[in-house]
Amino acid sequence: MPHPQLRSNGELKHLLTIEGLPGVLIHQILDTAKGFLGVNTRDVKKVPLLRGKSVFNLFFENSTRTRTTFEIAATRLSADVVNLNINTSSAAKGESLLDTIDNLVAMHADMFVVRHASSGAPFLIAEHVNRTRGDGVHVINAGDGRHAHPTQGLLDMYTIRHFKKDFTQLSVAIVGDVLHSRVARSDIHALTTLGVPEVRVIAPLTLLPSGLDQMGCQVYTDMKKGLKDVDVIIMLRLQSERMRGALLPSAQEYFKHYGLTQEKLALAKPDAIVMHPGPMNRGVEIESAVADGPQAVILDQVTFGIAVRMAVMSLLVANP
Amino acid sequence: MRISLLGGRLVGPVLADGQGLVLHDAITDLYLADGRIAAIGQKPAEFQADLTLDLSAYCIAPGLVDLAARLREPGFEYKATLESEMQAALEGGITSLSCPPDTDPPLDEPGLVEMLKHRARGLQAASLYPLGAMTVGLKGEIITEMAELSEAGCIGFGHAGPMFTDTQVLLRAMQYAKSFGYTLWIQPCDFFLSRGGVAHSGAVAGRLGLSGIPAMAETVALHTIFELMRATGARVHLCRMSSSAGLELLKKAREDGLAVTADVAVHHLHLIDIDIGYFDPNMRVDPPFRSQRDRDALRAALKSGVIDAICSDHTPLDDDEKQLPFAEAAAGASGLELLLPLTLKWADESGVGLSEAVDRLTRQPAAVLGIDAGVIAQGAVADLCVFDPGDRWTVNATSLCSQGKHTPYWGRELIGRNRLTIVAGRIVVNHACLNPSFI
Amino acid sequence: MIVTTAKLPDPEIALQTLASQVKSRAGQDQCLRHVVGIHSGGAWVARRLLALLTQDSAVGALFDPVIGYLSSAFHRDDYGHNAQRRGLSAIVKGGTELPFEVTGARILLVDDVLYTGRTLRAAVNELFDYGRPAAVELAVLVDRGARELPVHADYVGATVDLSPLEAIVLAQHSDGQFSFSKTEG
Repeated sequence: MPHPQLRSNGELKHLLTIEGLPGVLIHQILDTAKGFLGVNTRDVKKVPLLRGKSVFNLFFENSTRTRTTFEIAATRLSADVVNLNINTSSAAKGESLLDTIDNLVAMHADMFVVRHASSGAPFLIAEHVNRTRGDGVHVINAGDGRHAHPTQGLLDMYTIRHFKKDFTQLSVAIVGDVLHSRVARSDIHALTTLGVPEVRVIAPLTLLPSGLDQMGCQVYTDMKKGLKDVDVIIMLRLQSERMRGALLPSAQEYFKHYGLTQEKLALAKPDAIVMHPGPMNRGVEIESAVADGPQAVILDQVTFGIAVRMAVMSLLVANP
Repeated sequence: MRISLLGGRLVGPVLADGQGLVLHDAITDLYLADGRIAAIGQKPAEFQADLTLDLSAYCIAPGLVDLAARLREPGFEYKATLESEMQAALEGGITSLSCPPDTDPPLDEPGLVEMLKHRARGLQAASLYPLGAMTVGLKGEIITEMAELSEAGCIGFGHAGPMFTDTQVLLRAMQYAKSFGYTLWIQPCDFFLSRGGVAHSGAVAGRLGLSGIPAMAETVALHTIFELMRATGARVHLCRMSSSAGLELLKKAREDGLAVTADVAVHHLHLIDIDIGYFDPNMRVDPPFRSQRDRDALRAALKSGVIDAICSDHTPLDDDEKQLPFAEAAAGASGLELLLPLTLKWADESGVGLSEAVDRLTRQPAAVLGIDAGVIAQGAVADLCVFDPGDRWTVNATSLCSQGKHTPYWGRELIGRNRLTIVAGRIVVNHACLNPSFI
Repeated sequence: MIVTTAKLPDPEIALQTLASQVKSRAGQDQCLRHVVGIHSGGAWVARRLLALLTQDSAVGALFDPVIGYLSSAFHRDDYGHNAQRRGLSAIVKGGTELPFEVTGARILLVDDVLYTGRTLRAAVNELFDYGRPAAVELAVLVDRGARELPVHADYVGATVDLSPLEAIVLAQHSDGQFSFSKTEG
């Protein structure tokens, strides 16, 4: 069955998930992002590539950070941005998801940036848009449930490529609540596609989904073993709800065994980089000394994130 | 009306004079009179047919018996109506069916059951055998007036969704039902282990970021049910088996002599978790489609007899409930009109003969219901279906009669289709393009 | 299909011609100029041209020894249109670097081939995102005519006449020398 995010000629029409994207396409996006980095440091931080296009940020789940970076990216491309924060309760009382989309398409939306609490929601939207509008409307997944956060995956890859150059020689560890993490899934797909030989996942069993070995990962429950000699550490955020769901006893115990401290960081390679999709829970998954330390590239991720999103938006619109 | 059905290939359970019950598969004529089967094979002396049909291009079978079809009345008339779904059943060749108690209000009052039966009788369609609610309001707290409900027409008592958590209530329900000889219909699914889950817990759900329902939810529930059955001697029908591990337990329970029967929903004989594809909400069903290993075990168990019967688990849903992200979509699929072709597909792929396959849709489910149906015998009520096993048709809005248009097979081609249905000797569905000759 | 039998000019000779034209003007007006190459062919030509200009004792000091580069990628007019899909790949080829104050500067843009004038229009738009130059001049290695916009080159190394189906392509070899080739289609 053809992937709903690709056109019949293999070009990207939507960005819904990294899974299934060919490595060359990922590199093309990263190369294009590099070109956009320069725009963000000029005096006139604007290029006309999306001039006249309407980008609708459709956020069914609150997120000021992600929404803001997409807004900045679209604005720097000269697009018109409309922000719609729809909390699910009003949607339940009012319009269905697809009715909302139909209405916005009728207002000549060119692009939807969608964040939704349910895995697969952007697929539903993309298939609907493909069926009813043919070409010309693009969907970017800004995070769907636990399934995917492709732009985060791409900016994480940009960051790794920036600091480490060659993916095929790396050992990468992803630490934390993988079970609930769309970032982890997108990172895993990207890393394996780009040829990273060792993708390690480190977490207690309660926070690990099934099928990780089928996704190409090695599983560690012992962080000390898992971090040995890795080149890249990606820390995931631990949400407080996990304690309430009987998955973990406490944040303190979690930090003791799965938090990144300077001591644990020393087990990795001396030039290892520390990444985090943000926002960080200091003292829960990461120690301040590490987060503010020389090996952390967390703020670079934010900068790269805008360029990567500019690249994705431009690429989608470039092939109408 | 006297009808001669000539030249058709008679398949399925047949009780013929002097032969006992056999699985028949041969060209055989049938003669109907006064709503019953007057003769099999040999035309009775002085039989004057009012209507003669040449069925040489078709198979004839007993009218199908469906153990689970949701009709949406009372309460959910906006999704489907008794009329539309009973018509869909007839289109599918189904002449007897049982509906679960999860209506609104649930079937926990004799008056509701009587009204439902009355409405169904008025339609002169398939015979309806409702399941009553095991507990009031399906809340799992207080047992219902099973005797009253039985008198009103309930053939058993069931629940909706995962099993209620109060095992003491379940024990009491079993003891009570046993006192009267009633059967409890239970879908083996532990409430807590399945909570929040929408897909089979495995690599596919892990990759797609969907909450999983582990096979353990079924096995833990089965352990509980079998333990209570051992203690009470109650009779239980297990609804919608889904896992290979669950089937292992079922096999052992049967060997131990527990009074247990089981069914499988026809879609689960074919589809697995990978078929969710790109989050197709039509694949959202309960229990979920599990792994290939589980599906293969279901197919084998049906063939070997560990599972008694196939049902449609027909659940008509409207667009508003299905055109949603996977986890939010309502669970269920339409099945009345796909029951036959999907069963034929299973038989073909599993090396099961046509006659045996038909048995799983007729005599076996009738035995579970405890009704006198599903067998072709002289003197039996003439409930028959006539089908073309080679008919290729596409599942779409025009070919489906049910108001529920959501099925995983939407837009796909199926092979095998019911073309003519006879209820109590009357032709109620006729697409056979036959030229009836009136003599 | 019409194919010209026109002989391609020698880019090395064209480069020398270009350099002498620029030196002559610089000698007359004595203005300081910043050389900026338009990616990617213009960048190669600009580097060689600047080397030739700064070597000249008479006018060498009138040229900023640090070279600049311009990308036309962000302002191309063929972005997102079905007819031409080259738009985004240009972004990857190289970015704009202008290591001097653009406002008030006299800028000498350098490109390899001047044809329709669209690339130049896009490059100038990009330049004006950085400031308000005092003047902008254009030096091209070869002008093949057939303008679609009102653009002209102030300095031209050579001219050539080609059919619309042909393209002229500059190559730079490992020793730095240029050559031209023709492609069809």
